[in-house]
Amino acid sequence: MKFLPLVWAALLRKKVRTILTLLSIIVAFLLFGMLDAVRVAFTVRDSLEGASRLVVSSRLSIIQPLPYADLAQIRRIPGVEQVAFANWFGGIYQERKNFFANFAVSPDYLDMYPEFVLPEEQRQAFLDTRTGAIVGNNLAKRYGFKVGDRIPLQATIFPHRNGDNTWTFDLVGIFHTREARDRNQEDQMLFRYDYFDEGRTFGQGTVGWYMVKVDDPGRAQQVAQAIDRLFANSADETRTQTEKQFTLDFAKQIGDIGLIVSSIMGAVFFTILLLTGNTMSQAVRERIPELAVLKTIGFSNQSVLWLVLGESLLLAVIGGSVGMLLAMAGAGALSAAFRGGAFAVGAQSWLTGLMIMLVLGVAVGLPPAWRAMRLRIVDALIER
Amino acid sequence: MDNLVTLRGVTKSYQRGKQNIEVLHSIDMDIAQGDFVALMGPSGSGKTTLLNLIGGLDRVSAGSIEIAGTRIDRMDSGQLARWRAANIGFVFQFYNLLPMLSAQKNVELPLLLTRLSARERRRNASIALALVGLDDRAQHRPGELSGGQEQRVAIARAIVSDPKILVCDEPTGDLDRHTADEIMGLLQQLNREHGKTIVMVTHDPKAAGFAHRRLHLDKGTLAGDGS
Repeated sequence: MKFLPLVWAALLRKKVRTILTLLSIIVAFLLFGMLDAVRVAFTVRDSLEGASRLVVSSRLSIIQPLPYADLAQIRRIPGVEQVAFANWFGGIYQERKNFFANFAVSPDYLDMYPEFVLPEEQRQAFLDTRTGAIVGNNLAKRYGFKVGDRIPLQATIFPHRNGDNTWTFDLVGIFHTREARDRNQEDQMLFRYDYFDEGRTFGQGTVGWYMVKVDDPGRAQQVAQAIDRLFANSADETRTQTEKQFTLDFAKQIGDIGLIVSSIMGAVFFTILLLTGNTMSQAVRERIPELAVLKTIGFSNQSVLWLVLGESLLLAVIGGSVGMLLAMAGAGALSAAFRGGAFAVGAQSWLTGLMIMLVLGVAVGLPPAWRAMRLRIVDALIER
Repeated sequence: MDNLVTLRGVTKSYQRGKQNIEVLHSIDMDIAQGDFVALMGPSGSGKTTLLNLIGGLDRVSAGSIEIAGTRIDRMDSGQLARWRAANIGFVFQFYNLLPMLSAQKNVELPLLLTRLSARERRRNASIALALVGLDDRAQHRPGELSGGQEQRVAIARAIVSDPKILVCDEPTGDLDRHTADEIMGLLQQLNREHGKTIVMVTHDPKAAGFAHRRLHLDKGTLAGDGS
């Protein structure tokens, strides 16, 4: 610690250069923090409930419906505890920019999701009201929905058979998620499948996908295979996946977020490595006589190496930490703008960020530090 | 007086391409404790090379250097660094202060290598600065000081860890006559009152006049003792 003022003073020798280098590191880590928050938001977490849920969809495509008649056959497969189903509706609330996920679901759909908390009387109201709908807490907050409101949705796929393009739902409940990390699940609206199926102009008797709860998560794979075997060579072949895999595949329709983030960050950090590396080398080159003076008065080769390495590490850690703090604020703002609570710079991102800071500091500082360590005092003093 | 520095058969040569250039030829020299020696001679005679060898900044090609009973020519670089920190104070022609540190912090530098606390380091540096008459400039950076003041700070840095020997390379080479005399007076005071052994390289006969002995080097050989 007693050498810290010496390291700090060396960094402040050329203030403008240090500030500019620091800014470039800050921007790099701000970008890293924000992109990693997006990557994490698109990463499906393992959960106890999720491990026992399977998604059965058409083998051809997620948008291809499956017959309602499959329900009874799936229920009979050994290992299946419960089956629910859902259908994507894709309705718009007032205007296109107000888009949020909305599904028609079977009455027992909520039983599949113990992580959704809905007061018992509201759950009962949902079962008793054909036009009933429930929304997540985030969604209710965003649009000021209250139980008892009537919510009109404009159909984009399924016009109503009465000739009107608007479907009207009675809001009977508002649910929230048990865990804060699942808050993005509160951005959806669920309504009754029977109301939807009767009202739509086409596709009656079909569902978008089935949700299957297995009695033993350890046998989920076997049950999935049994379901797909059952419908093999039929007109509606199925593809059964764990909920995690299904969501991952869904997210991949946008693109491989992890790969995109890694590619961008790879390019950014490579540039920073060259930029900061060049700056550090130049800074040390200018100070060779001073480093020789330190050696003259008794600093060992190793001490000089650590002093120079300390500069680059300090620069990387300060710049990186400020960048990550700004990313935390940025992620918070992003969450407020989109689907509240989904974007966050968590402990894992910080840990990765810290490791990148250390690697960056060492990679950038080691070549000039090595040079400083090896310089001969007599030769270096002549440069004065 | 007891011998503090003993050089026997000291030879130094450099490799320039394929050519081996011998700059010091089998030098024998003794410097007593408390002595004040001026090394003089024309440019290229090997004065600074000899000074660097005595100060442990460079290594002999042949021969031996014993200082206060320790053979420094047998030390590795780590041992030599520790030995320099404990035994030698350096004063250069161009002061060689770190520009981003205050005078006080520059003087404290050698003490960072000791086990002294921050408070003790500050106190010792203040004493050294007071000794060279610059206690009122402790918080000034080198850029805010005159050449003479910078050299005083450099001398304070050289003496702060109480070394046995002060090695001075043209300490007045960058100063005007009046300031040079002041600096030489200060070195003389350190020699007389504090018993510091001083080995100084100089071109300046007036500066050399402050020394007890003047050794002349010519083409890498001790040409004569002018004591």
